[in-house]
Amino acid sequence: MSSQSPLLEARNIGKSFLGIAALDGVDFTLQRGEIHALLGENGAGKSTLIKILTGVYRRDRGSIQLEGSEILPETVADAQALGIGTVYQEVNLLENLTVAENLYLGRQPRRFGLLDRKAMTAGAKTLLSRYGLDIDVNALLSSYSVAVRQIVAIARAVDLSGKVLILDEPTASLDGHEVEMLFTVLRQLKAEGLGIVIITHFLAQVYAVADRATVLRNGRLVGSRVLEGLPRMDLISMMLGRELLEIENDHAADHAVTTPAGDAPIRFEQYGRRGSVAPFDLSIRPGEVVGIAGLLGSGRSETAFLMFGIDRADSGQALIDGKPVQLSSPQAAIANGFGFCPEERKTDGIIGEFSVAENIALALQARDGWARPMSAKKQRALAQEFIRSLDIRPPDPDRPIKFLSGGNQQKAILARWLVTEPRLLILDEPTRGIDIGAHAEILKMIEKLCREGMALVVISSELEELTAVAHRVIVLSDRAHVAELKGADVTADNIMRAIATPATTEAA
Amino acid sequence: MQTTLISGAITRKLRRLAPQLAALFAILALITAISPGFLSVTVQNGRLYGSLIDVLVRAAPVALLTIGMTLVIATRGIDLSIGAVIAICGAVAASLVADGYPLVAVLVAVTAVGLVCGLWNAVLVAFLDIQPIIATLILMVAGRGIAQLITEGVILTFNNDDFAVIGSGALGGIPVPVLLWLAAGLLVGLLVRRTALGFLIEATGINRRAAMLAGVQARFLLIFVYAVSGVMAALAGLIITADIRGADANNAGLWLELDAILAVVIGGTSLNGGRFSITASLIGALIIQSINTGILVSGFPPEFNLIIKASIIIVVLTLQSPALGFIAGFFRPPGAGQPIGTASGEHRAADKAGTTRTDRTATSLSTGERAS
Repeated sequence: MSSQSPLLEARNIGKSFLGIAALDGVDFTLQRGEIHALLGENGAGKSTLIKILTGVYRRDRGSIQLEGSEILPETVADAQALGIGTVYQEVNLLENLTVAENLYLGRQPRRFGLLDRKAMTAGAKTLLSRYGLDIDVNALLSSYSVAVRQIVAIARAVDLSGKVLILDEPTASLDGHEVEMLFTVLRQLKAEGLGIVIITHFLAQVYAVADRATVLRNGRLVGSRVLEGLPRMDLISMMLGRELLEIENDHAADHAVTTPAGDAPIRFEQYGRRGSVAPFDLSIRPGEVVGIAGLLGSGRSETAFLMFGIDRADSGQALIDGKPVQLSSPQAAIANGFGFCPEERKTDGIIGEFSVAENIALALQARDGWARPMSAKKQRALAQEFIRSLDIRPPDPDRPIKFLSGGNQQKAILARWLVTEPRLLILDEPTRGIDIGAHAEILKMIEKLCREGMALVVISSELEELTAVAHRVIVLSDRAHVAELKGADVTADNIMRAIATPATTEAA
Repeated sequence: MQTTLISGAITRKLRRLAPQLAALFAILALITAISPGFLSVTVQNGRLYGSLIDVLVRAAPVALLTIGMTLVIATRGIDLSIGAVIAICGAVAASLVADGYPLVAVLVAVTAVGLVCGLWNAVLVAFLDIQPIIATLILMVAGRGIAQLITEGVILTFNNDDFAVIGSGALGGIPVPVLLWLAAGLLVGLLVRRTALGFLIEATGINRRAAMLAGVQARFLLIFVYAVSGVMAALAGLIITADIRGADANNAGLWLELDAILAVVIGGTSLNGGRFSITASLIGALIIQSINTGILVSGFPPEFNLIIKASIIIVVLTLQSPALGFIAGFFRPPGAGQPIGTASGEHRAADKAGTTRTDRTATSLSTGERAS
């Protein structure tokens, strides 16, 4: 088999958006009869690669060969005709049509120019029976579970394309039994010689079903490994990276001495939400940076959502200065002195058409209420102050924030919270998608705020970032807090080891 | 320094309104060319008369609706129910007047009914998270039914000169409907711009989730805008009812919500929400009414009215279209899409402003892509 030419071979793929490289010289090889996991954190370039393979984007450079011949899919239909089919996380079928109609949408069997329902029903039945699915194909798709819909989508994709099947997060909304059902189908397709690419965040599933894994990080290829016999630890370190920045060593030594003592004024006790994060204990002191580590989907952002009142906790309580508080909404959290820089800057952070000054003023204005307007003059003065202290570029308070670079947008959002003088600032991936210079500046800012007595929670998938700034690191895995590292124990190795340890029974 | 700041603010405001003002003056000039007497204003019995005054009076219902609709659209919503709310409020007004209730009681009751209608929409949109177009469609359909129940299926007429003043009276020579919409526009305009309401409404309209995560009480703002919209519809209902001295549940305010939406769009407020200008929307309402009145006085056969109106509106909207921006660069000046009450730079690059809208589309497209 290995002597054969690969089914799909992508070489040196590059793609930039607005001058920022999303993929840089990535190679990817898929064999016949192989299930290949594509791994990486958010922004690693997985979806960009998939979209290039399936004709959603056009590559800037590189070559893709399917069965030895060069291809350049221009559209999804193009890729399908070539033999590359995709099933997305949110199943891309029409729920208000029947199963059979979905399978034959756009290529319905006809007789005398009319729809041949009989042929369609029969065809759909035989198609699905291959997957061990015996269902009424004339019932609406919406009457079936997500797992069945998933298999229908796979059946359609395989029937249309037949060489390469790409699955983007197929198991995200399936339960254990359904996942097994799906995997059985995948193994069968693999035996039939299909090449299957699967994107998932669940490492256990990767090991359960995939033969090989390719890891991307920051748009670059980290490596491609056969999974059998590969320690979990190695795979995780490939995903999170272990090149330690120099600054880490400077600060790692400080951890033990700078951890403040005393009773924590901000405490979460058995705080949790079913289906989001298992109950956790967390206490944060002023002048302390608590890091939160874990793989994508481990409950990192969900922990922040709970703490900031975006999601409501259904267990436990939050205590501030020993008094229980209700964090039922962002307003409530802000009233208690919290601030939150979200991971998704575009959708959750910036008000695109608003100027930098207006974006900075927003949280303070919202807290002051509509009846106490901040004058345009004060907005600009505040903005000028933070443009100077955070070095926001260009230094123009009136420029719509959407025209700023990611790093400068992030600084403006940071400024938005700093003007409210929060006692606890939660930063979710504060350095994602920003350039190296701004990266270092934001880390410095975190340290400065911490010295000034602010309590900070920093969520990050960059381990060197956490080890550089955090006094303590909470490690999450499978939506539960599984470990807490303190002082000298805060090292990239220890964090990865904690992530790799299979979740204990407390994970509900 | 202070004076330059103020004059800067006025310049910006004029720049924002330039396309609408230009369109209005062009249409007025066109009508005057066809029927020369159009602009003449006379005083009879201490009241202003003339076609121009007629435009201001006839524009009153749509102008009032436009005030509320601007705010609703700024939150990225839409209120289809206001035409039906006019019918309900008209029916309530007519039946109360016919039953001999004092004028003040009638005014308070009708305004309250409009407020309740607005709050109903607000509950559907803000708490049940129903899409605004569907949420307000419910009252749009049900409203006329409710109005018919109140009038018991007949056109309810009354004879009450005190109440009729709202529709046809004058105060200091100026017709009452004109005073009403000017006052309402001024009041609501000051309310949203002198407080932070306008700022927060715009933030919510541009990115509701981000605004909420910054602590903006989006629900409160939604309730506010739909309530204002309901109250404005009540005032419009009062004027229409007082003018014809009767309530016609089937026809009062019919399709006016569409004119109001059109006025907002002509005024340059994007249906995608965000930056809004009540003044520009009001000029939009005047543009629509000028066209209506102009066609009438120009002596065209009435069967041409709708076609002519549609043609002129297409021209106005085409001139505002960002696709035409590069041709008519002078027509979409720098600062278009800028806020009225907020600070903005003098040195904003002209090309930036020209592309504001297209960028917006690109942004929403890329968000859609993220979601898929």
